[in-house]
Amino acid sequence: MAQKAKTLRDLARMKRALAPGHRACAGCPFPVIVKLVMSATDYPLVVANATGCMEVTTTIFPYTAWPVNWIHNAFENAAATISGVEAAYKALKRKGKIPADKEIKFVAFGGDGGTYDIGLQALSGALERGHNFLYILYNNEGYMNTGIQRSSATPKYASTTTSPAGKVIPGKLQWRKEITDIIIAHNPAYAAQASPAFWSDLIRKVQKALEADGPSFINVISPCQPGWNYPPDLSIELTKLAVETKYWPLYEYKNGGWKVNYKPRKPIPIIEFLKPQRRYKHILNRPELIEEIQQEIERRWERLLKLEEAFPLKE
Amino acid sequence: MAKRKTTRMALTGNEAMAFAMKQINPDVVAAYPITPATQIVELFSKYVADGEVDTEFVPVESEHSAMSACVGASAAGARVMTGTASQGLALMHEILYIASALRLPITMCVVNRTLSAPINIHCDHSDTMGSRDAGWIQIYTENVQEAYASTIVGVKTAEKANLPVMVTTDGFVLSHSMESLDVFDDQDVREFLGQRKPLYNVLDVDNPITVGPLDLQDYFFEHKRGQIEAIFEAKKHIYDAHREFAEFFGIELPVFMEPYRLDDAEYAIVVLGSSAGTGKEVIDNLRDEKGMKVGLLRLRIFRPFPYEELQQVLGKVKYLAVMDRADSLNTMGGPVATEIARALYHLSERPIIHSFVYGLGGRDVPPENFYEVIEKMQWIAAGNTPDRMVTYVGVRE
Ligand SMILES: Cc1ncc(C[n+]2csc(CCOP(=O)(O)OP(=O)(O)O)c2C)c(N)n1
Repeated sequence: MAQKAKTLRDLARMKRALAPGHRACAGCPFPVIVKLVMSATDYPLVVANATGCMEVTTTIFPYTAWPVNWIHNAFENAAATISGVEAAYKALKRKGKIPADKEIKFVAFGGDGGTYDIGLQALSGALERGHNFLYILYNNEGYMNTGIQRSSATPKYASTTTSPAGKVIPGKLQWRKEITDIIIAHNPAYAAQASPAFWSDLIRKVQKALEADGPSFINVISPCQPGWNYPPDLSIELTKLAVETKYWPLYEYKNGGWKVNYKPRKPIPIIEFLKPQRRYKHILNRPELIEEIQQEIERRWERLLKLEEAFPLKE
Repeated sequence: MAKRKTTRMALTGNEAMAFAMKQINPDVVAAYPITPATQIVELFSKYVADGEVDTEFVPVESEHSAMSACVGASAAGARVMTGTASQGLALMHEILYIASALRLPITMCVVNRTLSAPINIHCDHSDTMGSRDAGWIQIYTENVQEAYASTIVGVKTAEKANLPVMVTTDGFVLSHSMESLDVFDDQDVREFLGQRKPLYNVLDVDNPITVGPLDLQDYFFEHKRGQIEAIFEAKKHIYDAHREFAEFFGIELPVFMEPYRLDDAEYAIVVLGSSAGTGKEVIDNLRDEKGMKVGLLRLRIFRPFPYEELQQVLGKVKYLAVMDRADSLNTMGGPVATEIARALYHLSERPIIHSFVYGLGGRDVPPENFYEVIEKMQWIAAGNTPDRMVTYVGVRE
């Protein structure tokens, strides 16, 4: 069923993508993420989208960039909305109003605000109820649509408009919470973290998620050029650096087990990831704060390796 | 009129609404419990568990998600129902507007309960009055029989108008009171409702559509205007649905309103819901024993507001008491009073109107409330001017 993309040429041929002309910022990586997700499969898709940059930039009436059925309801309820669509699909199939052999897959896209914060309850409910859907979190680590406010995905010391770096306070003071762990606590059919720089890994994860019987979740890093404040040609580079610095581990969870998909042989120090981003400008001359970030990255990485060792993923 | 078979049953309001839902056999029900509507969800879950319906039941984690899932399911072409009350309806508030603007015919059983604070589980209409401008058709019922029938005709109305409908009962007064009523056969209910014909369908994967896009200054107003026009047109659909119901089942329901001994009335009371029953008794007493020209109008459908119909029946009344079981907290009293004043303002002959707020938080509504209201109107008729536009009835001041 699923298309196989092995080479960049295969990838370029994949047709199911956002139409050109959408209003995402120059360098915004979520159009790439959407293309990778939609191209990973030939199944007909129905997409629910939370309010946020993706919804706003892809659908300004009378235009739409979406080649598949798409519904936007509100900010905090993409998971509840898709669970309603999926429930309708099940019921109508059972009642013979949709042919029994008609397979449709359901995908929700939400930003980190719509997922970690305001939409966490709806997502938790939908996961617990076991709807058959894939939730893609495009994680730009802030409320970008409303002008770069902090979310609980915003990393420590990043400056945002509601956690500004000031004379006394060096940006956000809290660590971001580990949403993927929270999702895994629901024991979904499949969960993963991915990065658009590792595109074939991302495609493979989407395919696994869609084949899994039950709810699935993929947390995809999606740098925000205005929000992280870096040159727009660096977006994909940053999603690579995020992985090479262990800031953004690529891993997956299934059947109660973990697998770390990529272990950098020579991990790059976190400073290289932070340096191009002006949201960290105020700490670049504070090595103790950078060291603190590095330590936290090591702690989380070690924890992940221990989980993998103790509970290896079995297919 | 093809009178269909009916069976006599003894049911509470909640049981009757759940029973109607069973007969309707919706495709999707997404709901969350709240007193006094909880039993509707419980009973329906049991119908699902017993295989009496083939509905997909979505036991959501909140009312916000209930309405959100209803929107998703209805946009997928399903026949969708839910039920709630009070805080639950308030929590849905954001999504109520989206359901109506997306023209989704969701039918919701609402058991009227006051809104916190103070927290209280009993009846008044502040919950549904709080969502009066959300673009939903609102049907207030007087008794269990009508609640049952209105649930069925509510679905028909919603699907004709492509607008969501709330059918309400007064919390505890109807929801938990047992009444004997006539119910139809499952088959007849299903035949009457037929299949839903959706305006659009996000499961039609061969014809992809984008539902709920960003809509800016250049188009929003036209789209909102279209929705507003749909509310104007809803009146016709409401009449049609009720006429078809009467033709099919041989039972007439009042549509927008039920006038009671109103023809030559000089004094009249407007009231919604179960209190109308008590009010009618008072009207009978005042007419038959005191010879007073008094009447009552029970407003059944509050949205869309039937201003033309009200003009016809209330224009000749001299003194009109509008009894609201909710206060707008605007120093003018209840929302029904305000809207009736607007509806009658342009008539050359129109009554003097006074707003009365009664029964908040489930305060019992005895006949004395109605006598007090009529007495106050007589006091006004005698040339007195109240110092406020609203009088509170049945409260220790
Ligand atoms: C209930 C509600 N609260 C607030 C908003 C305003 N709002 C719209 S998008 C948004 C932030 C979205 O952030 P995120 O989910 O991270 O997505 P992004 O914009 O970064 O893509 C906010 C706060 C809203 N639309 N609805």
